Amino acid sequence: MKCFSRYLPYLFRPPSTILSSTCHTEADIISTVEFNSSGELLATGDKGGRVVVFQREQESKSQPQRRGEYNVYSTFQSHEPEFDYLKSLEIEEKINKIKWLPQQNAAYFLLSTNDKTVKLWKISERDKRPEGYNLKDEDGRIKDPSTITSLRVPVLQPMDLMVEATARRVFSNAHTYHINSISVNSDLQTFISTDDLRVNLWNLEITDRSFNIVDIKPANMEELTEVITSAEFHPQQCHTFAYSSSKGSIRLCDMRQAALCDKHCKYFEEPEDPSTRSFFSEIISSISDVKFSHNGRYLMTRDYLTVKVWDLQMENKPLETYQVHDYLRGKLCSLYENDCIFDKFECVWNGSDSVIMTGSYNNFFRMFDRNTKRDVTLEASRENSKPRAILKPRKVCVGGKRRKDEISVDSLDFSKKILHTTWHPHENIIAVAATNNLYIFQDKVN
Amino acid sequence: ITTNMECAVDAQSLISISLMKIHNSRTQRGGIKLHKNLLVSYVLRNARQVYIKEKYAEIYRMQQYEEVRTVCNEIQELNPLDLDSEDADDEDQARAACCGDETSLCHRGAAQPAVHVRAPSTLLGCCPFEDSSKESEPCEYRSCCMEASPVSHFDPFSADNIRHCNKTTVLDLDTHVVTTVENGYLHQDCCCDALQGGQGAQSPAKKRKGEFGGCVSEAEDVSDFTAARKRAKREDCSYSNPDYTETSNISNLISIFGSGFSGLLSRQADLEQICSKQALAGLGAWTRAIVAF
Repeated sequence: MKCFSRYLPYLFRPPSTILSSTCHTEADIISTVEFNSSGELLATGDKGGRVVVFQREQESKSQPQRRGEYNVYSTFQSHEPEFDYLKSLEIEEKINKIKWLPQQNAAYFLLSTNDKTVKLWKISERDKRPEGYNLKDEDGRIKDPSTITSLRVPVLQPMDLMVEATARRVFSNAHTYHINSISVNSDLQTFISTDDLRVNLWNLEITDRSFNIVDIKPANMEELTEVITSAEFHPQQCHTFAYSSSKGSIRLCDMRQAALCDKHCKYFEEPEDPSTRSFFSEIISSISDVKFSHNGRYLMTRDYLTVKVWDLQMENKPLETYQVHDYLRGKLCSLYENDCIFDKFECVWNGSDSVIMTGSYNNFFRMFDRNTKRDVTLEASRENSKPRAILKPRKVCVGGKRRKDEISVDSLDFSKKILHTTWHPHENIIAVAATNNLYIFQDKVN
Repeated sequence: ITTNMECAVDAQSLISISLMKIHNSRTQRGGIKLHKNLLVSYVLRNARQVYIKEKYAEIYRMQQYEEVRTVCNEIQELNPLDLDSEDADDEDQARAACCGDETSLCHRGAAQPAVHVRAPSTLLGCCPFEDSSKESEPCEYRSCCMEASPVSHFDPFSADNIRHCNKTTVLDLDTHVVTTVENGYLHQDCCCDALQGGQGAQSPAKKRKGEFGGCVSEAEDVSDFTAARKRAKREDCSYSNPDYTETSNISNLISIFGSGFSGLLSRQADLEQICSKQALAGLGAWTRAIVAF
């Protein structure tokens, strides 16, 4: 297992926050993180509806051991709070998910979504501007035509680099329930947006129409027993997508079968162990995230206490199950009371699908090496921040006797949770969101 | 359901906590979250199942105690005879009868649970052990004792108890009710709070199922929740009795959500159905057993 060192104590906070780590506004809480497909850009969304994009510095030849840092590239307000007058409901501006489109030209495109609306943003650079207009002066004021004595052709002059973000498409009014995920198809023409009961298919060019491809809303809402919690397109097969449910099952659907994909072609579910049945069995089996592996052969799901890897060819049980924080099983009652049991943790694959990562409480996050079966618990905290320090593995003590460096279950801080993490597509660089702070860790270079 | 929990998991407190969460979700920013409320309703259902099971068990114990007292009276009137311990069959009937009683509680539609004293008496009519020749007085005590379970180690089928049931003082450790049994007559020294929560939960669930179903709105999503809660609020106001506690309000909400997620509750409904059938079958046999002595 490689050690993860911190290349530099890189802490990000949006400009408007107060600098103390204990005092931050609700709006600064990071709600999603995502690397783009090359790993050059890293986007974060927050509860205030803002998106901040980081770009990796080009590696300098003079300092080859110094890996590229991530610096702020662009910041923009993606979503604003809205009000649904018909239902008297406020629509939160919180960014639920960001998904990048693969780069096809000089500009970058990403999809960002709140509870109701998906937006396509174009992020482009401008390093030249036209100068020498005839009819207006440099400040933009219109010239009096009578003062013009000669004509000239405006020329492009270099300027300071400016990164602009413009909303190119707004995909709205297609979701009655709260959008929980978006996924771009490998065909790069369509994407899906998913709410609690429906999955809608869009064309990136068309905003006034979307196709409903999954609808699990019962005729009588009183008969509702499960909701959709996440959906994702297969990384290579443009006709295949998977969606997870609150009952702990995953369905794989083929869009070629029918217009409405209510009938799944594969159904993944592990039968419940009756010996572990409790009041909270339904809650802890609800899947909070589903991710295809990069090679498209596996699915990973996260529920409250475990991460499971499924082989797409085997539906009756997962290939691998990893315990994230099983010591919480005895604390479910208090976690229910303080609402922590509803936390939705995400999970990520590394580029080669050999390691999986997910977050936990006390700013801990866990990595599992699928090959060696070894796992490590690391902590994202400023106290451990020393440049080039190697992150020390942490351990939670479950028994009576606590060793020196261990932390007991009762000392865990449940307000510090790592829900969102992302892994660079090719390298061992991870980004971890801890409330309002973003940590970027890199593998030790040797 | 295993209660393998670090903290003491009390079904009733889980019900209150869950209802509070649902109530608070109404005012949360961003609207009611369907997923979270669905999960909370599962906890509610699970807690309610455990709560009902516990109540069944309690009532069953109560019924056994009452039955022994009845038998005592009969014996003293007729002949002092030993009662052999019941075989499994009779126990089932007793249980069924107990369930039957519970179901009749359900169907009783405790429409006026607000009136504390009267509620028990409205339940008397469904007491399966009642003989027409019986005086009504003991029944009042009996119904009061629905909530108070006799001391746990009391074995109603023990021969000793039946022979010597002259005077016993019983302290219920759960409700701190002191009970004195004298010559087969039960005197409740102090009554605990009425089981408004449990009773209220049962009957309105049946009563309002039709209401809720009938009012299914065409508009989608969260309006269903809002409608359910608005109905709950109206029902709360109808109980003007100052004794009506938070528990009663919560019990109304329980019933609303009982009918609100009938898909989840189908198992519970089945259980009640089965109980009533068994009760009807078991009643006659039990009464015959009594008369035989």
